[in-house]
Amino acid sequence: MLDGLPEKQCCITGVGQSEVGRPSPLNPIELTIDAVTKALDDAGLTLADIDGITNYPPKTDLGGGISPVGVGEAMFALGIDAKWIGSSTHEGPGHMSAIFQAVMAIATGLCRHVLVFRTVAQAQARVQSRGSTLLASGHSRVAGNNAWTVPFHAVSPVNLWALYAQAYFDKYGAGPEQLGWVAVNGRRNAAHNPNAIYTKPLTIEDYLASRMISTPLRLYDCDTHIDGATALIISARDTAKDLRNPPIHIEAMGMALGGLGQGIHTGDFTTLPATRAGEMLWQRTDLKPRDVSCAQIYDGFSIHTWLWLEALQMVKPGEAAAFMDGGTRIALDGELPMNTGGGQLSGGRFHGYGHTFEACTQLWGRGGGRQVKDAKVSVVCNGGYGYGALLLRAD
Amino acid sequence: MSAARKLPVIDELSGFFWTSGADGRLRILRCGPCSHWQHPPQPRCAKCHSADLAPQPVSGRGRVVSFTVNYQSWQKDVAALFIFAVIELAEQAELYVFSNLTCAPEAARSDMAVEVIFEQQEDVWIPLFQPLGADHA
Ligand SMILES: [Zn+2]
Repeated sequence: MLDGLPEKQCCITGVGQSEVGRPSPLNPIELTIDAVTKALDDAGLTLADIDGITNYPPKTDLGGGISPVGVGEAMFALGIDAKWIGSSTHEGPGHMSAIFQAVMAIATGLCRHVLVFRTVAQAQARVQSRGSTLLASGHSRVAGNNAWTVPFHAVSPVNLWALYAQAYFDKYGAGPEQLGWVAVNGRRNAAHNPNAIYTKPLTIEDYLASRMISTPLRLYDCDTHIDGATALIISARDTAKDLRNPPIHIEAMGMALGGLGQGIHTGDFTTLPATRAGEMLWQRTDLKPRDVSCAQIYDGFSIHTWLWLEALQMVKPGEAAAFMDGGTRIALDGELPMNTGGGQLSGGRFHGYGHTFEACTQLWGRGGGRQVKDAKVSVVCNGGYGYGALLLRAD
Repeated sequence: MSAARKLPVIDELSGFFWTSGADGRLRILRCGPCSHWQHPPQPRCAKCHSADLAPQPVSGRGRVVSFTVNYQSWQKDVAALFIFAVIELAEQAELYVFSNLTCAPEAARSDMAVEVIFEQQEDVWIPLFQPLGADHA
């Protein structure tokens, strides 16, 4: 029965990532073309084979380079004759919404090979203006969910996630000595990733001495704006035998939407609605959390990894802090290697798509100095208010 | 903490919240049929889906669920140091409002009992929170 699920009809057949820049000399569409070209070469496909296209999120000229290239621009710049065109959206389950849409388009027979891309140019935007992107809209008053935080000076998401970190510290008796290992582990792995933005060694002492941004979150708890693009080729399962790579199966997917975008928070600020994405994920597979070889966990802020790891049932509620303490269990040779390419904290903010790229890198055995031994299954998750998770599996 | 604030739009659904402090009282949307308090405001009750919701005064007391002391400068005309907090109002579990604490950063504690005070700017009365029983700032 599980074979009938839409994601089981799909696999990832190629991935590509542009060179990371802070800032990049390439403009956003050139970054996109670079990533797409690499992904097609990787899969052994040409532009003529691509009959579906989507991205996350919609193109916008606002927001400091958060999405400078949309589906239409990429489709015509590349000359793709798509039968299925995705409607990228900020709504829904966040970053992976484009991947989930691609899966449904393939499973329903609308297309065979979908190009999914994510382009960011936040470092270039920062060169032009260092002000808060949230305040750059020009409106004199705030509306929507921002109205619940901005009048209290909380213009950065770090202020909101700091509340989660402090609540977690208070409830479970955790502290920066544990949280710091998220950053230290990422930096350790980034040293083996030629496309990571930060590779200089970082110790837990460096972390504890680093500048406070919004207590208890420090500089190294925050991810880094970059310019770059990631492209994934998602294909119908029956096409894979003719292609260059062994297929990476989409074993399961899970999604959820929290109320954060509406200013609504539930629970005691130590859990996320991502829990429902984790439940959905494991309901759709016979695999278990213990079968996971490595975990690519969203780390817009370090605290996300604790909350997500628990939401994905990789550890029990309240155990993430102890699990990461000392950094051995999440190390490359540990029981659950995490963010093996450096994550967003050290790899750069490819905005979720870097995590899926890294999972594929591991499952295809391309990790070089950061390769996890016998990596067969990787769990990937993205998001801080819309939540998406994938379980990827190699044969 | 008298820095200029970026003010909210006074709209049909939520305007009452931002002007409530004009008479010194905080108001929250409450469902008539099931008495559920709802914040942020929504057009229907999250518990019983009734449209019969109206603002009602609350005690203005609550407890700090979590807080953060901000050190990074984000806006030219706003002091970097402020305390952003989530407060659970006394009326109902998980009835959360975001605000600033007006006490010194070193005095802020999770689980601290607090009460509302208001800071007027133009047509908005911003609800802020101070330790319960503190002298009015
Ligand atoms: Zn009701």
